[in-house]
Amino acid sequence: MLTANDQAPDFELYSTPDQKFALHQLKGRNVILAFYPADWSPVCGDQMSLYNEMLRFFRKYNAELLGISVDGKWCHTAYSQSRNLHFPLLADFEPKGEVARKYGVYDEKNGQCQRALFVIDGEGIIRWSYLSPDSINPGADGILQALESITRKNEQYATIDPSGK
Amino acid sequence: MPPLTPPVNKHDHIEGAANAPVTLTEYGDFECPHCGAAYPVIKKLQQHFGTQLRLVYRYFPLSDAHPHAFGAAVAAEAAGRQQQFWPMHDMLFEHQQELSDKAYRLFAKTLGLDLARFDADMQDPAVAEKVDADFESGVRSGVNGTPSFYLDGHKYNGGYDYMSLREAIEAQLAHAL
Repeated sequence: MLTANDQAPDFELYSTPDQKFALHQLKGRNVILAFYPADWSPVCGDQMSLYNEMLRFFRKYNAELLGISVDGKWCHTAYSQSRNLHFPLLADFEPKGEVARKYGVYDEKNGQCQRALFVIDGEGIIRWSYLSPDSINPGADGILQALESITRKNEQYATIDPSGK
Repeated sequence: MPPLTPPVNKHDHIEGAANAPVTLTEYGDFECPHCGAAYPVIKKLQQHFGTQLRLVYRYFPLSDAHPHAFGAAVAAEAAGRQQQFWPMHDMLFEHQQELSDKAYRLFAKTLGLDLARFDADMQDPAVAEKVDADFESGVRSGVNGTPSFYLDGHKYNGGYDYMSLREAIEAQLAHAL
């Protein structure tokens, strides 16, 4: 699994039945990549619905959330509408799991993405990653801590004047 | 897993003996069926443990999933302004299928609240802010769904059935002694 200080591999996946979305479109912003096994798990607050409720906290840190599973683009469309999601779900559908493999989070045995989080900074560098057991929803505290750490570091660098004044 | 953040404090809604050795904190959503199912379980736990257990409730409305969740939380907080948080909390869980602005007013009337004050508090941004603050505290505490429970400030990841919770509380009591 990729980890802090690794370059986040770029990718382009369908986010709607007729539109593709590329990671590099978000250059300059922080990005949260949430890989998850499948749409439609039968729980009120499944992970994607939970993050949907927390978008305003992510946006405070200039972060965009992307959900990725191997479900197809039509499945994502239906699931997103059903849960009223306000962030893109990307289809790592064809070739199956190719992006998850690049990040080291493809579950070969079950043919789906593992439940993994990556927080990527505006330069495309991974600053935090976390693998959760499939059956456990990891929540968002780790994401927020990583975003805070990026924000603090950015603020520190902003006050350093290279001319030494 | 982070601890309950912030810890239980004077701004919280707490029911039970002030010096109870074990504290159970629930992050709940009044429109969530899982929280509705947990409601009688918690009542039974309170009856069983008596003065050994105190209960804390914090709001975690899943507003996109449950359209009445936020309004219900505001109603509970407004009732709390008139010292009737827990009775309103109970009424909301007992009437989960009937949540609406009209219903909250009816519950307030049944509880004998000053309705003019209740109406004003329902619109008061400070009341909504308390709901939002609880939600944010839940995010920071690692809440991953509703209900989420914390036993003495540590996230409880076991079953939400009566026996699982009772055993976990008994284990905490054994540590507390």
